[in-house]
Amino acid sequence: MIAGWWQALLIVAVLAAVHVPLGDYLARVYTSPRHWRVETALYRAFGIDPQADQSWSRYLASLLAFSLVGALLLYALLRLQAHLPLATGHPAVPPGLAFNTAVSFTTNTSWQNYAGESTLGYLAQATGLGVQAFASAAVGLAAGLALIRGLTRHHTDTVGNFWVDLLRSITRVLLPLSAVGAVVLISCGVVQNLADPQAVTTLAGGRQIILGGPVGSWEPIKLLSGDGGGFFNANSSHPFENPTPATNVIEIILMLVIPTAFLRTFGTMIGDRRQGWALLAVAGLLFAFVLVATGAAELAHHDPATLAAGAATEGTETRFGAPGSATFGVAATATADGAANSSYDSFTSLGGGVLLATMMLGEISPGGAGSGLYGLLMITMLAVFLGGLMVGRTPEYLQKRIRAPEIKLIALYHLATPAAILVGAGIALALPVGRSAVGNPGAHGLSEIVYAFTSSANSNGSAFAGLAGNTAFYNTTLGVVMLVGRYLPIIIVLALAGSLAQQHHGPVTTGTLPTHRLLFISLVTGVALILTALTFIPALALGPLAEGFHTMPSGY
Amino acid sequence: MSTITAQRPRRSGTTPAAARHRVAGGLLDPQQLLRSTPDALRKLDPRVQLRNPVMFVVQVGAVLTTIEAVATPTVFAWVITVWLWLTVVFANLAEAVAEGRGKAQAATLRRTKRETTARRLPQWRPGARVTEETVSEETVPAVALRVGDHVLVEAGGVIPGDGDVVEGIASVDESAITGESAPVIRESGGDRCAVTGGTTVLSDRIVVQITSQPGQTFIDRMIALVEGASRQKTPNEIALNILLAGLTIIFLLAVVTLQPMAIYSHARQSLVVLVALLVALIPTTIGALLSAIGIAGMDRLVQRNVLAMSGRAVEAAGDVNTLLLDKTGTITLGNRQATEFLPAQGVSLEQLADAAQLASLADETPEGRSIVVLAKRDLGLRARQEGELVGASFVAFTAQTRMSGVDLPGGHQVRKGAASAVREWIRAGGGEPAAELTSTVEAVSAAGGTPLVVAERVNGTARALGVIQLKDVVKEGIRERFAELRAMGIRTVMITGDNQLTAAAIAAEAGVDDFLAEATPEDKMALISREQTGGRLVAMTGDGTNDAPALAQADVGVAMNTGTSAAKEAGNMVDLDSNPTKLIEIVEIGKQLLITRGALTTFSIANDVAKYFAIIPAMFASVYPGLDQLNVMRLHSPTSAITSAIIFNALIIVTLIPLALRGVRYTPSSASALLRRNLWIYGLGGLVLPFIGIKLIDLLVQFIPGLR
Repeated sequence: MIAGWWQALLIVAVLAAVHVPLGDYLARVYTSPRHWRVETALYRAFGIDPQADQSWSRYLASLLAFSLVGALLLYALLRLQAHLPLATGHPAVPPGLAFNTAVSFTTNTSWQNYAGESTLGYLAQATGLGVQAFASAAVGLAAGLALIRGLTRHHTDTVGNFWVDLLRSITRVLLPLSAVGAVVLISCGVVQNLADPQAVTTLAGGRQIILGGPVGSWEPIKLLSGDGGGFFNANSSHPFENPTPATNVIEIILMLVIPTAFLRTFGTMIGDRRQGWALLAVAGLLFAFVLVATGAAELAHHDPATLAAGAATEGTETRFGAPGSATFGVAATATADGAANSSYDSFTSLGGGVLLATMMLGEISPGGAGSGLYGLLMITMLAVFLGGLMVGRTPEYLQKRIRAPEIKLIALYHLATPAAILVGAGIALALPVGRSAVGNPGAHGLSEIVYAFTSSANSNGSAFAGLAGNTAFYNTTLGVVMLVGRYLPIIIVLALAGSLAQQHHGPVTTGTLPTHRLLFISLVTGVALILTALTFIPALALGPLAEGFHTMPSGY
Repeated sequence: MSTITAQRPRRSGTTPAAARHRVAGGLLDPQQLLRSTPDALRKLDPRVQLRNPVMFVVQVGAVLTTIEAVATPTVFAWVITVWLWLTVVFANLAEAVAEGRGKAQAATLRRTKRETTARRLPQWRPGARVTEETVSEETVPAVALRVGDHVLVEAGGVIPGDGDVVEGIASVDESAITGESAPVIRESGGDRCAVTGGTTVLSDRIVVQITSQPGQTFIDRMIALVEGASRQKTPNEIALNILLAGLTIIFLLAVVTLQPMAIYSHARQSLVVLVALLVALIPTTIGALLSAIGIAGMDRLVQRNVLAMSGRAVEAAGDVNTLLLDKTGTITLGNRQATEFLPAQGVSLEQLADAAQLASLADETPEGRSIVVLAKRDLGLRARQEGELVGASFVAFTAQTRMSGVDLPGGHQVRKGAASAVREWIRAGGGEPAAELTSTVEAVSAAGGTPLVVAERVNGTARALGVIQLKDVVKEGIRERFAELRAMGIRTVMITGDNQLTAAAIAAEAGVDDFLAEATPEDKMALISREQTGGRLVAMTGDGTNDAPALAQADVGVAMNTGTSAAKEAGNMVDLDSNPTKLIEIVEIGKQLLITRGALTTFSIANDVAKYFAIIPAMFASVYPGLDQLNVMRLHSPTSAITSAIIFNALIIVTLIPLALRGVRYTPSSASALLRRNLWIYGLGGLVLPFIGIKLIDLLVQFIPGLR
């Protein structure tokens, strides 16, 4: 068990070392006036003026148009895959599932109502889903960058150029990092081929079909992008995706590296690194909180089975053990990635509940690529509003005032995702078609449904399993919830960026609320925890808490 | 005629030293709660309630539970229903009490605004003499007056409307407005020409040109202000309302979607329980008190005799970064005063003081009088009466000679005045001013004082006797006040007409951050614009017509009531006491207003945690007995738990009404210190208090028969 915590410490140490240079590199990428030759060629090909800054509404229109085209292309690819090469014999994906999958990967959710190996050919996986992994992560980073510019600029209506942010994220950040990640993972044993399925005779004499595929090139971007969709249904618990405890640690780091480095980028770009540290501290506190909670739930043993095993090992991979699974699970839910190296459905009730609550925090610990930053900024600005009033001034964050137009957007942001989750789950539980899909009755079934909507609304994509999601009802409702949970916040973030960019910068005095000190960090963390708790405790009480407290022997 | 003096606790002793650090408000009279109850009930009108989204939701909830309780009567349903209605009434009560205090003030103001008639002079034009032969006069009701009309007011008459004196001089009793009983002088031209309708002329006669329409006079605006009739929501209040509405929607969703989850879990909840949960969760505490806080904030200003023309200005005061303070009256006591006699070599202190006193006897300026006072105080020299000096002829100060003095019989002449002028006079008299005199003069100037040289001419020979040091006397305690402002992050800039050297010395003594010497109105404007370009909010006081552009430009412009109509029109606040130091208090009140809102919002949200621990186990422990572990307060039964949470929710509103009216405690300090303090008290306190409160209420509620 001690080894498990050393593993967590190792991850923290690597991230602490890596996020500083990477974050600064990202800041240079997004502020450099120079374009690479390949970028210039692409701008010319698409008739884009990379020098022209866009207003927030133009930026948003570009972002939405790009995402819409991406979703339509992916949908077409899935529907037509039977007629395209490298289909490995898979038929066309049915419309409902194709809609759900296209939305899922465009929104960086990668909720999978299908099993990768039995539904998709290599072309659809690599060029359809793989391309969207890059694109959707770049879209998230772009929205984050626009908000940073809204905070740094003044008296302007421009927040940057979407196409430049998008392309640079792909060419200069995601592609190089993925290449490095792929080399490392393949050298550690992750499969990479385009071979047909191999039929083998097992030791016991049975026949088994072994599937390969371009897994090594898929894996790093799945983790870096916050996408998290498995090449195989088993995701990172499949030995071809995640063969050893070493790759397990590497994969966790890959999930966390961009979201943490981007906080550094924020601090560097606004010219006050302390603010970046403060956000990192909030994310770190929340992460530590959920990690300890999950660990405690998973390692607690009070019934014969867990006492014998030393932990709740059901559904976990023996390669990684309970701590490795808990850490991976927390990282996957805290980063909006949603990958899985174990069956979260089989976690203890309370442990699974913590993973669920981690997503309910709104993906801010540290959240997805770009989306983590804007999520953190949104909760920070809410805390600024309360704290600012309490120091007797109109609330200000980074010398920008939070007044009625801003708080309207901030309140709406904090309303959007919970509304999508609660309304979605409420409808699913109210309708027989929703209730009938659960794999387990009672409180656990409720957790499965709430988990599905929480994961979708937060662009996480991790699954609690158990829920038979590939139905017309869930393909549609989860697809809609994914769209709402991804784009409504982005629209709000960009509108806020535009509103902030128009303001001038106020002066900083001792009367200004400092937003980098421990006191304020605790305030933000407290606001995040309390707001989440207040919104979701009824749902959690009837799901994981009911189950967890129910199964717990009295007087434990 | 009764004046509002009796109603307002006067705080004329607002010297900085005496300033209380707690911005205090009036106390809440328990009877006021009773008196305001009818108003509170009237506010149950849904159209009124709709303005406050949080309490509107509570009221809709109360209607729903009432229907439910009538349909299927249980003790529990009725108890919850009654307390939900009480919650709404308590919220209305908070607002009604806050408004009630203003209404009392408005009533007294109205009494001053009695029906008056005006003596209009239709043919009169400025410059003409006012005599009965030359001017025809007509008597009209005051309400018939229009802007530009000229009216005649004689001793004993009430000035029929706001205006400027265009002819004559009079002493006016303004106690109806200011509460100050000492009469003030109002005269045509200059900065003391403004008169207010409803005030009484005590002596002489004046012609007033009316400057405001009936219904929009100063008193009318004042009545509207204290009554809250013209109250508009301020920017931060609007922002906070939006946030509260957002939270209400989130909780509404959480509760509405809970029912399908509950049904799935075989724990269908009754409407009464769901409404109770919703009301417990939405931020009712701050929602109920928000408008009372705003009204009380304005009221605190009125109690200090400051009229803010908009709540926006009060909030802006809390945000101010830079205070522009006139030196005279704000930082220093007033005019320069003699502080020291510096005799020349070979001259005794007595000789110098005697001569200085002689030369100042006929000098009626404050400086001149202060020389006589100093001579008496330091050396016991009795001021000689004019009759004592037989044959003496006094030489008055003129801008050309820049000297004053006296010519005594026998060719003995004494002069005092500006150093250069007196030096010339000595040379003209055949003397030669010593080099040492020049150095003394320079030393006094360098120290921020004003040197006056005293010289005499006896038997045709002139010589310098020494130097009188005149100095601005900095108000006691002002330095500490500025240090506090600095801790709050507010920069102080002293504005003065003095030269650079003098200004620098006083600035250093008073401890201001910066100063503007030899300031012209244009310099002031430029300074304000410069500060505002840097994103700073500027507050200033002013009284003269030439202050008007700057007052209008400043984010918070406080006009002195003694000032001109133009200044009062341009500013967004008027200080009836005409005390420029009050700007500092205004800033504190603005901050306190925001802090009160923030603190109670935090408190309100923090309260919800305990309510969950009460209500969630009560709702679901029947189907999931394990959830009873969340019942950390060990409440008696599910119904008593929910009832206790709702009763606590309602009672906390009443409990906090005094705090909302008074404002939370505010001590000038840095933002970090303020945040720490308020987070501990209202954040942590808000988390802990309801656990205790709900438990205590549960101990009582469990004895209600039929509640189980």
